[in-house]
Amino acid sequence: MSETGRHADVPEESLPSERTAHDSAPVKADNPFADPGLPAHEHRIQDIDEKAARRSERVVAYFFLLSMLATVAFIASYVVFPIDKIVFIFPLGHISALNLSLGLTLGIALFAIGAGAVHWARTLMSDEEVADDRHPIEAEPEVKAKVLADFAQGAKESGFGRRKLIRNTMFGALALVPLSGVVLLRDLGPLPEKKLRGTGWKKGIRLVNQSTNLPLRPEDIAVGSLTFAKPEGLEDDDEEFNNKIAKDALMLVRIQPQNIKDKQELEWSHEGIVAYSKICTHVGCPISLYEQQTHHVLCPCHQSTFDLSDGGRVIFGPAGHALPQLHITVKDGYLEAVSDFAEPVGPSFWERG
Amino acid sequence: MSNETSATTTRRGQAPRGERIADWADGRLGIYSLAKANMRKIFPDHWSFMLGEVALYSFIIIILTGVYLTLFFHPSMAEVVYHGSYVPMHGIRMTQAFESTLNISFDIRGGLLIRQIHHWAALIFLAAMMVHMMRVFFTGAFRKPREVNWLFGFLLLVLGMFTGFTGYSLPDDLLSGTGVRFIEGVVLAMPLVGSYLQMFIFGGEFPGHDIIPRFFTVHVLLLPGIMLGLLVAHLILVFYHKHTQFPGAGKTNKNVVGMPLLPVYMAKAGGFFFLVFGVISVIAAIASINPVWAIGPYRPDQVSTGAQPDWYMGFAEGLVRVMPGWEWNFWGHTINFGVLIPILIFPLVLVAIAVYPFIESWVRGDKREHHILDRPRNAPTRTGFGVAWLVAYFVMLIGGGNDLWATHFHLSINSITWFVRIAFFVGPVLAFIATKRVCMGLQRRDKDKVLHGRESGIIKRLPHGEFVEVHEPLSQEQLHVLTQHEQPTPLELGPELDENGVERKVTRSQKLRAKLSKAYDGEDNIIPKPTVEEYKEISSGHGHH
Amino acid sequence: MKKLSARRRHPLAALVVLLFALAVTGGLYAAFAPADKAQADDTAQSLAIKEGKKLYAVGCASCHGTGGQGSSDGPSLVGVGAAAVDFQVGTGRMPAQQPGAQVPRKTPIYNQAQIDQLAAYVASLGAGPAVPGKDQYSPDGADVGKGGELFRTNCAQCHNFTGKGGALTDGKFAPTLEGVDPKHIYEAMQTGPQNMPSFGDGTLSSENKKDIVAYLDAVNGDDTASPGGLDLGGLGPVSEGLFGYIFGLGALVAVAIWVAARTTKAKKS
Repeated sequence: MSETGRHADVPEESLPSERTAHDSAPVKADNPFADPGLPAHEHRIQDIDEKAARRSERVVAYFFLLSMLATVAFIASYVVFPIDKIVFIFPLGHISALNLSLGLTLGIALFAIGAGAVHWARTLMSDEEVADDRHPIEAEPEVKAKVLADFAQGAKESGFGRRKLIRNTMFGALALVPLSGVVLLRDLGPLPEKKLRGTGWKKGIRLVNQSTNLPLRPEDIAVGSLTFAKPEGLEDDDEEFNNKIAKDALMLVRIQPQNIKDKQELEWSHEGIVAYSKICTHVGCPISLYEQQTHHVLCPCHQSTFDLSDGGRVIFGPAGHALPQLHITVKDGYLEAVSDFAEPVGPSFWERG
Repeated sequence: MSNETSATTTRRGQAPRGERIADWADGRLGIYSLAKANMRKIFPDHWSFMLGEVALYSFIIIILTGVYLTLFFHPSMAEVVYHGSYVPMHGIRMTQAFESTLNISFDIRGGLLIRQIHHWAALIFLAAMMVHMMRVFFTGAFRKPREVNWLFGFLLLVLGMFTGFTGYSLPDDLLSGTGVRFIEGVVLAMPLVGSYLQMFIFGGEFPGHDIIPRFFTVHVLLLPGIMLGLLVAHLILVFYHKHTQFPGAGKTNKNVVGMPLLPVYMAKAGGFFFLVFGVISVIAAIASINPVWAIGPYRPDQVSTGAQPDWYMGFAEGLVRVMPGWEWNFWGHTINFGVLIPILIFPLVLVAIAVYPFIESWVRGDKREHHILDRPRNAPTRTGFGVAWLVAYFVMLIGGGNDLWATHFHLSINSITWFVRIAFFVGPVLAFIATKRVCMGLQRRDKDKVLHGRESGIIKRLPHGEFVEVHEPLSQEQLHVLTQHEQPTPLELGPELDENGVERKVTRSQKLRAKLSKAYDGEDNIIPKPTVEEYKEISSGHGHH
Repeated sequence: MKKLSARRRHPLAALVVLLFALAVTGGLYAAFAPADKAQADDTAQSLAIKEGKKLYAVGCASCHGTGGQGSSDGPSLVGVGAAAVDFQVGTGRMPAQQPGAQVPRKTPIYNQAQIDQLAAYVASLGAGPAVPGKDQYSPDGADVGKGGELFRTNCAQCHNFTGKGGALTDGKFAPTLEGVDPKHIYEAMQTGPQNMPSFGDGTLSSENKKDIVAYLDAVNGDDTASPGGLDLGGLGPVSEGLFGYIFGLGALVAVAIWVAARTTKAKKS
């Protein structure tokens, strides 16, 4: 249980005679398993040797002193290091000198206070274990009887049980009044109506390359490439850009027409260029980990995998339905949408159908 | 400060200044009566009893650093173009929430440190709560009278998870925004009300301009407020019940052995706060966390691989990742089971451990108070259940990080997903069986130690040439520790006929209970502990070897 | 002969045979493997295609066919261009060592002169993207911020926020971009090696590509700063959680053990 240690610099006579914790309670003959009771308290070196105690005192003081120094160093670092100073420190790498110095000095200043206090408690405060009695939590029977009687009397005097009309109307009022709070929440947002069904795509809208911001021509899209598109007219600084791109984002790939397995997909494509929603049908992550040889596209959030050569069919993972495809065509040499998506994009919802 | 009355008292009574202040307070607050019961309150010492303290202190650190962060953070989704100190982000459109997070990191001296302390402390807060809960579970500290406090602790864990999640979302970076999009998908998956709830929560279509300010209020006011209340209640109950203790010499169910609050525990617990704060500060000095500048601002059409939530949500993430894609379409309606089932299993798994104390006390018919902790081996069914729960939890953590497992161990992400799908069901069963067997083995070893003593490692050669290992007899304290536990007998249904010879009516729940009780405490789970007679016979007989 | 057969059951016989077999294999490999030194000196530009063809016949033809027409073991190289060769051979991916989910990056076995010859030969088979010039991929004058936005739109989904790599289906993966030559990054975008889609000039303009390379240089270069300290692999919450448990909670438990431990008792020895 307790560690033992040797202290060569303590005079022999000031040490207690050797004994173990269990000597005081030898194994009793009648019940060897009985609780031997609290072992007798043993002294620490600091309890019997004032020199050792003073040493401990000094150590505690050193800790507190160290903390003061660290706080001074913290303030100094705050003043000295410019915020953008980067230093290389092995093995941490190229890091901010200010962050490191502030953190270390603050850490030391705090840790030293704790270490001092704990060392104080461990070596200088009494370490004699004492037992405290527990008292049952349950009330005595007479207390319980008194409380029940008081309650019964109170209930009777209120007439709560007798005057049912009062009771019932009160319950009614209390049940209704929170409704005001619920009603007030109505204006948290608009009603869904048809908002989730449509996107910004419609007939004649050109496909614009998200990276170059130019309308896309079929020859821009090579077999095996991956291009992201947005509807023409949607600009990055549009107030509602995020709301719109959350539904309109499109990915374009080109697959050799003979490799497209789904008939409708081929019809909706232009010479093997197919346009799919970039929004996963599981919970709406922008799915776009396209493998050009397998034509599989993987979602980085939950690994739903879709086959872009087979109508965007789900082949693995938690998504429940295929990626919606946008029907595209070419007009005046530029790719454009034939209509909006035939079904809502993104995660499913109750009214999706 | 001093009014006339107390001033005159002083002159006459010559009481020291501290006492006068205490008198003043006592006359108004009754502090002497309060201190009488608590000032020398006894707390037992054990490192595992301090895990809860780690959680408490990291919560305080989170509040302190969080208040600092609110001084600089703008919870707004208004868009700006960045022209601040971090060059690789120049000219990028972002919300004010993200911009102010960059400013905290790059323009406010010490801001980065406080942000990192805040986030590291949050991870450690939840880790400490989790490990604290495991300590309480495996030692049976949740038993009467502490079931209510167990529930308080459980609520703190759950609320902590959601406070953490909302906080993780506030910077509006690409990683956390992906998490918010996940929330949108989950809300939409709710049957009947999904699309309405989504519109109300986000103030319109995703992402809208309201979700960050709303999360901010939830993160800094609503959830921490509730948590603070629960925390105080949790601590009051710890004081009121007095701490549990491990079995040992002089420790009984009717006492608590340790050192007094004043001064030892006050110094140790107070000092420990500074130690925890110091350690977390050093971690924040040397290890980067959530470097939002490397992640970039959120845009709904951008994403990165390795999109994971903080670890405490990793378990839910795993459930969602490994769920097969089931979806029902009927009469123009859709139910997205790929999302719905995982988010139903998620609370169920949590609730399973929350209600365990009530199930155990019902099955065992145990209505007594327990203040001496169980050694986990002496409660094999409980220990087995706990390990099974942990295995399910960790299997799902693997599922939540399946992409990183795949890249770092050169595995296929699909194989890992299949492994997790199977292991979620098989793993806990195997773990339960294995743990029970290990517990039984340990019980046998305890019995052996009691009867034959400790193997000393000393080999002795007897005169006739036989080699024996010397066994040292145990001290009485050790004997007591190894034999003090109770071995409950399973509940019996009782005779089929009562004393009047009438057939007793046995309800189905009684039958179930008897059956479960047998599974808990039946012969298969208990190695009968050695009796005094056995001990005496062996120790008085042929000596120890 | 009789002597030899008498000794074939000698305990060391197996070892001798094994050593012999290894020596023969090694010797054959040395004889047939692409030799570094023998070819290195002759880099005359006019001979590049011819020399490239020789190298091709030894190192590549077995899978890609003698005229680059491809076979069941390797795709056609007609029209892939010099950039594809420079990337595949320059990053050591080609020649491939063994079939697998994906051919990994390794130390190149050809020197740059030989790679140029091979590239010249393959480029002569059919028109394709040329090896980019230094001004095309050098970060000078590029818009790092724009590069970041483009990277997050086009690349981060597979390669992670700052190019630390990530998982694809069935054991395939997007490799880390750490320490990859900017030229090779540029070529990979141009040509779309293995399962990576290509980002030709119609998809990402050459300026876009330059910005992306510059962004990677800024956030994943040799002396990219991680102001907060250890970047923990740049992998996000998973490595942060592990670090928090092992070092954070681990350190705190160690401290707790010290706080709760009993102080050493004085005792006579």
